[in-house]
Amino acid sequence: MSLTSDPPVGTKEPAPPGDDYAALKVVPVRHPWRWVAITATAVVLAQFIHGLATNPGWEWGVFAEFFTADVILEAVWTTLQLTVYGTALGFALGIVLAFMRLSKSRFLTTVAFGYIWAFRSIPLIVQLLFWFNLAYLYEELRFGIPFGPGFLSFDTMGLVGAMSAAVLGLALHQAAYAAEIVRGGVLAVDGGQLEAAAALGIPRLRQIRRIVLPQAMRSILPNAANEVISLFKGTSIVSVMAIGELFYQVQVIYGRNGRVVPLLMVATAWYILLTTVLSVLQHYVERYFAKGSAR
Amino acid sequence: MSKPAAPVMVDIRAVHKSFGALEVLKGVDLEVRAGEVTVILGPSGSGKSTLLRTINHLEKVDQGWISVDGSLIGYRRSGSRLYELRERDILRQRTRIGFVFQNFNLFPHLTVLENIVEAPVSALKRPRREVTAAARGLLDRVGLADKADSYPRQLSGGQQQRVAIARALALEPGVLLFDEPTSALDPELVGEVLDVIKDLAHQGTTMIVVTHEIGFAREVADTVVFMDDGRVVERGSPGDVLDAPRHERTRAFLSKVL
Repeated sequence: MSLTSDPPVGTKEPAPPGDDYAALKVVPVRHPWRWVAITATAVVLAQFIHGLATNPGWEWGVFAEFFTADVILEAVWTTLQLTVYGTALGFALGIVLAFMRLSKSRFLTTVAFGYIWAFRSIPLIVQLLFWFNLAYLYEELRFGIPFGPGFLSFDTMGLVGAMSAAVLGLALHQAAYAAEIVRGGVLAVDGGQLEAAAALGIPRLRQIRRIVLPQAMRSILPNAANEVISLFKGTSIVSVMAIGELFYQVQVIYGRNGRVVPLLMVATAWYILLTTVLSVLQHYVERYFAKGSAR
Repeated sequence: MSKPAAPVMVDIRAVHKSFGALEVLKGVDLEVRAGEVTVILGPSGSGKSTLLRTINHLEKVDQGWISVDGSLIGYRRSGSRLYELRERDILRQRTRIGFVFQNFNLFPHLTVLENIVEAPVSALKRPRREVTAAARGLLDRVGLADKADSYPRQLSGGQQQRVAIARALALEPGVLLFDEPTSALDPELVGEVLDVIKDLAHQGTTMIVVTHEIGFAREVADTVVFMDDGRVVERGSPGDVLDAPRHERTRAFLSKVL
């Protein structure tokens, strides 16, 4: 190739005789176009960073002032709570739905399928508004005999406050996706594993907990981590319900002081920071479940 | 037969089994006495693996019945009725029947020792410490005492199958079933697994072995059963079935594999 800079044939270096290749000098292939690409990318990157540092519009002073402000820290805490409760409840219900879909009962598989179909079809924001307005449909919640008398009753308006409506909405939405992820993980476990467990007489629940789920975790985890991270950022949707999570709080503040860009950067930095923490966590959890595997 | 007076350990009566329209077992009768080694031979598709899997109820029979050590598999008799057993009871019955798979099916996320200890602890509720000590003894018996803390993937196929045998033995079953235990192994690893099975045979373990190893059948079996097309074609001592087969189909099969 003309692009590489191999030494031209017939230089003055004395060629070693015969096929004594060990004595020859090896010239690695050169990649001039790669260097062109690297230079171009570096210039664009440098411009971007220069802009971040010098453009007064970013107002880094305002950013620094609000990044660790009490209001923002409280809002971050609310966002984390929404994420944790949404994930925990969502995956708990998701596991139940996954095993319903995997069961031999036609009724259970259909119900689980219906749930997943419905909750994947309804946009999260629509669903959240529904939950927020639950009291309009049901004025009170009662626990008791189905269709019969109730023992405990709650005023829906009081029980389903904005925060619990949000958690409920996020969890129910998450459960539909979690169910499919868990089901996929369980299906990826070799059928011989369940058969061996059954042949050894290991009790049914133990088969799931000790044999199937730890192996399913390997394919569940990367997808589950995606879901947790997207739920974490998805909590910003909850701002439509006027809950003081990170994005809502930031909007309130810039609505007051007009510093839109630096405050959006405050939210962005927190989302990036916490997503990074989640990614590191994912790495270690995955390593734990890789026990005994070749890769 | 070597021990004609021994009680019947596995009793199979007129068993039929279909997968959809395909009838795999067309009325199989077989009796295995305690302490006996029965080797089942036959071409692929003859139903021998399916038969083995019906014995511990991995496959449910359509007709006929099977009993192991005097108890009916999968059912409970009460007066003139047979009640289908709940899964929990079937699982309990299986702890009396060891099963060794062609593909070992060791649990890859558990160490060798954890693989062996799991079932006695969770199914039989035996104390972990006692089971662990017994498991180490079993590993020693299959020549893998130094592999207790390895994971299955770190072992060769032959070693994995020996662990699988130790795992089955840990439940102290009344009978051991082997489903082509050496078919997934490289040729040079077949011997070490067969040696372990031979050892068990000499110690009087009741076994049913589905295999293609004719030499092993000749050396170890008390009874050789030849199956073809879902039926038992011929059964008898290794000398009778292998050297003087009475049926044309047995002769044809043996001429291909010997």
